[in-house]
Amino acid sequence: MIGIKHSLVKFSLWAVLLFSSFQANAVIEILEFDSQAEKERYQTLIDELRCPKCQNQNLADSNAQIAVDLRNKVRELIDAGKNDEEIKAHLVARYGDFVLYRPEVKKETYVLWFGPAILLVFGALVVVIVLVANKRKASKNEPQAEPEEERQARLNKLLKENSEKE
Amino acid sequence: MKRITLFVPFLLFIGLGFFLFRGLSLDPKELPSALIGKQFPAFTAEKIDGTAVSEKDLLGEVSLVNVWATWCPTCKQEHAYLNKLASEGIKIFGVNYKDETDKAVTWLEQLGNPYVFNIKDEDGMLGLDLGVYGAPETYLLDKNGVVRLKHVGDVNERVWKTKIEPEYRKWVAQ
Repeated sequence: MIGIKHSLVKFSLWAVLLFSSFQANAVIEILEFDSQAEKERYQTLIDELRCPKCQNQNLADSNAQIAVDLRNKVRELIDAGKNDEEIKAHLVARYGDFVLYRPEVKKETYVLWFGPAILLVFGALVVVIVLVANKRKASKNEPQAEPEEERQARLNKLLKENSEKE
Repeated sequence: MKRITLFVPFLLFIGLGFFLFRGLSLDPKELPSALIGKQFPAFTAEKIDGTAVSEKDLLGEVSLVNVWATWCPTCKQEHAYLNKLASEGIKIFGVNYKDETDKAVTWLEQLGNPYVFNIKDEDGMLGLDLGVYGAPETYLLDKNGVVRLKHVGDVNERVWKTKIEPEYRKWVAQ
């Protein structure tokens, strides 16, 4: 009982530590925006855009010089009155689809978007086919019930053989 | 028939293995340039000697645009080879990226100057339009200023011979 309690405390401590570290590494910047809405848009954008240099971070988390420049660029474009789509397009035109954590659905990215689902469906189909095939096989090989008179005949034969031996 | 279907998983494995194996030799740090086949971005800036420059000054001949900075050690490595290319008559324009002009001038005095001229890009905004994410980077432009190739990292004998020169010759011959 004490052991369980102890490990629960330990677990929740770990959980707290884990989740508290998520936001801690975001770069802290003090920026003035015209409105709260713009500030939120900026935050969303830099969370969704990927740093070309340090490839596993978004612009918000990265300290790389290029990420700082791109953040400033995003901010500049927001100030210039561009909408989110235009800002993303601006960056994609220069850095390619790579900067989007969620690339658009188009010919080049079909595999990315639909590949996993297709694989899953394919796998499910294989499983179903195998199961059905096995069931069929099993029902084919099931021993057929012997008609009553044949059984009786065999029994009689055996009894007869036995009585002859004695 | 039954026999053959037993080989399907094996064949799938071979196919997957092939792709994964190929993936091992790809460099995830190297991004394909979004600018290939597009016009060099329009810009107005100063050269490091203070005179005005724009994208129009890059037209006319097939050329290389080399993005570099004095804070970049790899740029120092490739510099000798750029000098060699320049001495063979290849036009190289420099983009002095997020650098200090006096440092850049000293660098060119000490190590030689392979560049036709250098574009000052102190705030890195031209770099952003080019899709630069580090230094050095080298772009191949055709006569009309269309970007035909991008190389990330230093230009050396091997890179020049195998990657850049064939393209360079192709566009010169055009």
